[in-house]
Amino acid sequence: MEALTVLLWMFDAVLAILLLWLAWRALTCPDHFEAIVLFIAFGLLMALSWVRLDAPDVALAEAAIGAGLTGVLLLGALVGLRSREFGDGMARGGQRTERHPTYPRLLVVIILLAVFAGLALVILTFSARADGLGPAVAANLAASGVANPVTAVLLNFRGYDTLLEMVVLLTAVLGIWSLRLEPFSSQITRGPVLDSLSRFLVPMMILVAAYLLWVGSHASGGAFQSGSVLGAAGVLLLLAGWRLRVGLASAPLRIVLVAGPGAFLVLALFTLLVQGRLLEYPEEHAGSLILVIETIATVSIGATLAALYLGGRPAEDEEPR
Amino acid sequence: MSNAFLYALVGTGLLSLGLYALIVRAHLLRKILAINVMGSGVFLVLVSLATRTADGTTDAVPQAMVITGIVVAISATALALALMLSLAAATGSAELPEEDDS
Repeated sequence: MEALTVLLWMFDAVLAILLLWLAWRALTCPDHFEAIVLFIAFGLLMALSWVRLDAPDVALAEAAIGAGLTGVLLLGALVGLRSREFGDGMARGGQRTERHPTYPRLLVVIILLAVFAGLALVILTFSARADGLGPAVAANLAASGVANPVTAVLLNFRGYDTLLEMVVLLTAVLGIWSLRLEPFSSQITRGPVLDSLSRFLVPMMILVAAYLLWVGSHASGGAFQSGSVLGAAGVLLLLAGWRLRVGLASAPLRIVLVAGPGAFLVLALFTLLVQGRLLEYPEEHAGSLILVIETIATVSIGATLAALYLGGRPAEDEEPR
Repeated sequence: MSNAFLYALVGTGLLSLGLYALIVRAHLLRKILAINVMGSGVFLVLVSLATRTADGTTDAVPQAMVITGIVVAISATALALALMLSLAAATGSAELPEEDDS
């Protein structure tokens, strides 16, 4: 037992050093591509930290979204940047010598060391025991309709957070579409490996997404983890050269994007009128209501994340493939 | 759990590192990365301090807030990257322009 504790402490220490070192390298190394790869590795180590902090739900979300999808978004943006930036830096991917700030860098370092020291001192004054809202969640878990406390908080106790979050996702897509960028174009090289890999992986990913959605009611998982796996499947399809058919790119895509926040709003209005409180589900139907809203949200989140990756409004008059 | 403070300190460290890069780096891609690192630091502080419970299970409310935060972070990142690409398309550079008085 003693040896295990020492081992875990060593693991924590190594993880802490690696996290800080990877973040530092990702932010300071000269090459953008290297920085993004380091950032993806950083995200995976963050997922490990969430497991060490006994937060597997967050670990799943971090691995799928924080490391996976963010990394793909960044790499896609870097490719777009290399084709748009011109001038002397173009050949090496915008890697021209970056301007140096005109103010003394030492001053910034000193101020930020003070910020770090101040925050660290405040944190170290906290007591070693604090129960937070854990007991309140545990006491009301039976009434929530699900057995996983994190899902209960996300979809029931603080359902309005999730409602607004769906709106944030939709707003991001609207913002990107309004910039009228070219959607991620067909400049990719299609090959037999990517093609057959996507045919094999995408059904598996849909299966995994469905499993995560279902298991979220009593173990780690839920709408966001499941939706991000669906979104990753969508990104894989886009990378392999698949495109939405013209008929699906306009109205049906928009309906799916709006379905998540829309269904949430309908449910919120319904509970407001019937129960008198926003998103307060009738206790006997809470479980099934949560499952329905999670299913719609999952599909919507998946479509939204894939649309974020596409980066522009899909063309509506393009030749179908 | 006794490692709560270790991870909380790493979180503060990440926040400071991110803030440094946000100020010092001129390229917008690095500023976006820096904001993401800062966000990870804040999430780490939130969840690590939520492990200080009596029975050792992590408080579910901060966990749910961090999951929400991760999704909001990727939305903001996607929008920021699209804005960066538009700026690069318009000006030919993804760095912020020099201030006039320098």
